[in-house]
Amino acid sequence: MKYTFTLLTALAFAVGLNAQTSIPDIQIQTIDFATFKTSEINNDGKPFIINFWATWCAPCKAELNAINDEWPDWEETGVKIYAVSIDNSRSVNSVQPYVYGQDWPFEVLLDVNSEFRRAMNVNNVPHVFLFDGEGNLVNQHTAYNPGDEEELLELVKKLAAGESIK
Amino acid sequence: MQFFKGLVALVCLASTFPVLNAQNVDLSNVDLGSIHGNFDMNAQYYRKDSLIGAPDVPEQVLFNGFLNLNYTRGNFRAGLRYESYQNAMLGYSPEYKGNGIPYRYAGYKIGAFDFTAGNFYEQFGNGFALRTYFEPTLGVDNSIDGFRATYSDHGITIKTLIGTMRNYFTQSEGIVRGADMNFQLNDMVKSLADNPTKIQFGGAVTSRYQEDKNPDLILPENVMVLDGRFKISRKGFSIYSEYAYKYNDPSADNGYLYGNGQALEAGVGYAQRGFGINFTAHTLVNMAYRADRNNGSQFVEEYISYVPALTKPHSYLLMSTLYPYATQLQNEMAFQVDAVYKFKRNSLLGGKYGTTVFANFSWAQGLDTTNLDPENDPTRQGYTVNMFKPSASLFSPGDSSGLWHDFNVTITHKFSKEFSLKLTYQNLYYNIDILQGKPEYRGQNIKANVAVLEGKYRVTKTQTIRAEAQILLTEQHDGDWLAFVAEYTISPHWSFSILDQYNYGNKVPEKQIHYFTTAVGYTKKASRIMLSYGRQREGLFCVGGICRVVPASNGIKLTLSSTF
Repeated sequence: MKYTFTLLTALAFAVGLNAQTSIPDIQIQTIDFATFKTSEINNDGKPFIINFWATWCAPCKAELNAINDEWPDWEETGVKIYAVSIDNSRSVNSVQPYVYGQDWPFEVLLDVNSEFRRAMNVNNVPHVFLFDGEGNLVNQHTAYNPGDEEELLELVKKLAAGESIK
Repeated sequence: MQFFKGLVALVCLASTFPVLNAQNVDLSNVDLGSIHGNFDMNAQYYRKDSLIGAPDVPEQVLFNGFLNLNYTRGNFRAGLRYESYQNAMLGYSPEYKGNGIPYRYAGYKIGAFDFTAGNFYEQFGNGFALRTYFEPTLGVDNSIDGFRATYSDHGITIKTLIGTMRNYFTQSEGIVRGADMNFQLNDMVKSLADNPTKIQFGGAVTSRYQEDKNPDLILPENVMVLDGRFKISRKGFSIYSEYAYKYNDPSADNGYLYGNGQALEAGVGYAQRGFGINFTAHTLVNMAYRADRNNGSQFVEEYISYVPALTKPHSYLLMSTLYPYATQLQNEMAFQVDAVYKFKRNSLLGGKYGTTVFANFSWAQGLDTTNLDPENDPTRQGYTVNMFKPSASLFSPGDSSGLWHDFNVTITHKFSKEFSLKLTYQNLYYNIDILQGKPEYRGQNIKANVAVLEGKYRVTKTQTIRAEAQILLTEQHDGDWLAFVAEYTISPHWSFSILDQYNYGNKVPEKQIHYFTTAVGYTKKASRIMLSYGRQREGLFCVGGICRVVPASNGIKLTLSSTF
């Protein structure tokens, strides 16, 4: 067992701690329960966001609703938001009524057994990943304090204007 | 063994080779793959507090932590998790002891095929036939250690797996085998690709092998579960159903009875812009299915099957941790209705930002069973059951035979860009004798009314104050409760909170206790550190429908987590 650890540690030093720049290919579902491959996540050269949330997570909903309230400002940047629900089979049936009820303009995906969440190394929700138009991960944050969405919007605007934010 | 050590040393040496050469060779364009991961650490200093029943902790400080490392390069992936319990924090099984690497894997994707060797997580359908998952906050990890192969192309997904299940730092005695098929008709048939009616169906089979060592009974060494399901949706309408059948599985959970297990769930939903409703119902009998038939532990250990509870996971303190529901795997009938309606912006009730109403009702009851006289029960069935008849009627649970109902409604309204309010009401019926295993409260089922008012005020662009006032009124158990929460946040880094839960209605005056906690959190990008101090009330901590008992405690807690 401990040899595996040695091996992986050596490997880590060998390749350097590269930042995660590509999205793992995991099969999850759309809000209509159709198959969706996460490798298809993109926004035709424009920036996009992957936001992990759940119907039982109050700060998650607060963040996405705050973005929804000011959606016209976001929309004009051309950004696309993938809202990945980690609700398991207990509460996954509540996702569709909630999302339609709130009239969210996001692309909502279902990760019922947290496979995509694990592949993206998400500890807790909410967790937000911001990618540039080329699909490079340029920023991420966990937890939500009201106002965080405005900082995120500023970053999105910079990316949309072709500026680097790394 | 010597050979293995040598091999590992050789591989380690070889893997450092690029570093040794890094000075001379430009590696910037060479794909060396990437390492990423996350870690989470929790440490608590415990203080003795006999008033709330907090036990004396000889170690004074307890610690839980893990680190995930994942390596990917092209289609190849490998990783591991290092876990450490020094010793396990209160509320976790003491079997979590010491350090280890209970999770490691390597996998490869080639075209439509994907192979994994080592530990993996998987779910078939809703989970009736199989669900393995990792939920560290609950101390749950039932990953399978073995092999998995999957195929997925043009709407057809086939999964096969075999292995033993993790049980703390050991593996299950039983071997788990399984296969699952899912067909997405619209992706399989070209002419249906753009059809608004989406159809999918699937089936699974799982089986456990465990040697029969029982001196008294002849036990089935292979126990199989069959599962079938479908889902059809069209323009906001959806209907689905899943059925699972478990062959006789005498186990510690069911008192070594030879009856079969069954679970049937069905749901229907409709959603359109500003409105959504969903109805789900299920009935089940004898569905505890573990990778070791002799494990009857109260902890969530070695479960192959997962049957979700049909109740809403609440997030307010007094609604979530005092009286939560957990699926009754021996027999249960339950249903839930979930509805959302949003009054449009700029309408009379909607105001500038719209008003949203959430309503939810859930109900659960045991099934109508008749115990059999052991002398006239040669095949050890134990009882007969009618899966479509509850043991008590819907709205008049009467004396003590009722199990659960929860009606709750939440109205949210944003008055301005700065100020919003949320009002919640809950009516709860709760059989504490059965649901928490407290026979001393038999016949004293809890009937409670709960109200919560939450307000949020944005002081500046980055500073926000949020407050909650909660009240729970009941004649039973510990009586009435009050709770207050105040939170002040400065985006993007800081959060400060204080909360107090006060059991002012407890019939025993000495137990009219304040549970006061204060916390400060600092977040930077994907890292978070949190320090809290105060009293933790004894209760049930639940995530996604699985609960763990959290004993009372008093002390300082430090939490660190990061994703890299």
